[in-house]
Amino acid sequence: MKQLKKQLVKAFGKNSISESFKELTLVINSEDVIDVCKQLRDDFNFSILIDLCGIDYLTYGESDWNGNASSSGFSRARQAQQSSVHKEQRFGVIYHLLSVEDNQRLRVKALLSLDNLMIQSVTNIWNSADWFEREAFDLFGILFENHTDLRRILTDYGFVGHPLRKDFPMIGEVEMRYDEELGRVVYEPVSIEPNINVPRVIRK
Amino acid sequence: MSEMRNYTLNFGPQHPAAHGVLRLILELDGEVVERADPHIGLLHRGTEKLAESKPYSQSIGYMDRLDYVSMMCNEHAYVMAIEKMLGLKVPERAEYIRVMFDEITRIMNHLMWLGTHALDVGAMSVFLYAFRERETLIDCYEAVSGSRMHATYFRPGGVYRDLPEKMPQYLDSKLRSAKKLEEINENRQGSLLDFIEDFANKFPKNIKQYSDLLTDNRIWKQRLVNIGIVSADRAKQLGFTGPMLRGSGVEWDIRKNEPYSVYEKMEFDIPIGVTGDCYDRYLVRMEELRQSTRIISQCVKWLKANPGPVMSDDHKVAPPKRGNMKDDMESMIHHFKLFTEGYCLPEGEVYSAIEHPKGEFGIYLVSDGANKPYRIKIRAPGFSHLASMDEMSKGHMLSDVVTIIGTQDIVFGEVDR
Repeated sequence: MKQLKKQLVKAFGKNSISESFKELTLVINSEDVIDVCKQLRDDFNFSILIDLCGIDYLTYGESDWNGNASSSGFSRARQAQQSSVHKEQRFGVIYHLLSVEDNQRLRVKALLSLDNLMIQSVTNIWNSADWFEREAFDLFGILFENHTDLRRILTDYGFVGHPLRKDFPMIGEVEMRYDEELGRVVYEPVSIEPNINVPRVIRK
Repeated sequence: MSEMRNYTLNFGPQHPAAHGVLRLILELDGEVVERADPHIGLLHRGTEKLAESKPYSQSIGYMDRLDYVSMMCNEHAYVMAIEKMLGLKVPERAEYIRVMFDEITRIMNHLMWLGTHALDVGAMSVFLYAFRERETLIDCYEAVSGSRMHATYFRPGGVYRDLPEKMPQYLDSKLRSAKKLEEINENRQGSLLDFIEDFANKFPKNIKQYSDLLTDNRIWKQRLVNIGIVSADRAKQLGFTGPMLRGSGVEWDIRKNEPYSVYEKMEFDIPIGVTGDCYDRYLVRMEELRQSTRIISQCVKWLKANPGPVMSDDHKVAPPKRGNMKDDMESMIHHFKLFTEGYCLPEGEVYSAIEHPKGEFGIYLVSDGANKPYRIKIRAPGFSHLASMDEMSKGHMLSDVVTIIGTQDIVFGEVDR
């Protein structure tokens, strides 16, 4: 791993590589994703894309205890979390690469902002990215340019919203029932209240 | 001449050969598959979102319900991610127990796969035999955790409790004679370890039984040989892992290449295939059954000789003993904090992967320093395998689609999450 780190530092510069928990992370500019990934596959033997996922940093580092505790509970925990801090680069796309040949792993991270939620698709570099990118699109709304078939994958047909975003409530936004009079399934706003049993705390 | 048109077939989601809730849209030219478009998500329960709202220890149960035929392996990846972040040391005995149950789980998973795969292809009896042995292993799960499927047995810091000294026995019943009762209780006289040892001794004979039924069976070979061929390069491109990758001839097994737990102390071999067709993957998995039995025997031997603690004594993470809580203030505080708030992980991110029976099962855990995960991504092997359905079934007959679903060893709990 030390050797790989050296090579990566040489190729991408010192600031983009970090090591924690015995794992290497390479932070890249979202515009360079194609070039970097090609280089990683061809020069560094990362032949398998193990995983690709999105992440939403909206409420990163915030805890429920900062809100006002009242006699009726923690209001912040009961409302959909709306962060006051504007995060410039709110979203991220994370690639986990594996080199079967050299027995190495690498995490590649590209950050994106809400105004420009678009990144080049890597399906032509690793074909396995196809469904992973569809999933990231479905759950976070990240758009992958040049992806041939960017449809929703996990959520229901006709679903609205991107459920893994931090501003999407855990209870969802609509509920479904069969209406006898109309003779079909109808969607209505959720009737349950959000509830958090264990507040989120951060202890250093 | 009349105009020929492609025929679109909706396969599932309630088809018995769809292994759960797979909906496949197949575009057929006659009986030849032109395009396969799997529609997934019918079992999507939002595990990742749910885990974000709960303290770490409350999500172990969700892991069981991901791949619901190899429960403890899922748990292993999850608790390993937490332990990695905390830098928690797990007692050696707990590691051996984990490895033993990982391998028991692997056998359970492969028996399930073998039974249903054979059933899909048309061999009924293998299913019955495979489930007979699977029952024995489910009994091991029950003896150790109290639950037959969703064990929640692996905890950060070790395992929930030590192996029981006494294996539960069948009770007297009107439905069976005294002689029969004695017969079925014969291998349950000693401890759980004796029971598992007895299983490990008998099991190679059972594997031979399955392979006698299938390996040289003409129909089985006609249905599997040269179906769904994936070359080594394509397998890597498509993100295959586990038996699917090894079936294509790539030597890669996390247990060997990045040994976790106590796998480096175990002696076992990694089978690989040559052509990368369904038959090779069948042979690989059959050999894995034998190798898992070998590992189990080694674990049983070690566990019998080495008693000791099975849970870390760091009470910030592991609950204190119930007895101590009665008169020890500190234990009581630990207990209270642990179950009302949980524990906080340091800020950072880890990826922990294990060799799951189906392939690489990984947990990508991002923590912002809170008592709940900031983000969890579950990397399920079945997801990338199913993504290759289109490529694998293209040009094959409709009936081969069923074989390919079988060989991919799909379980929807993990694909949909």
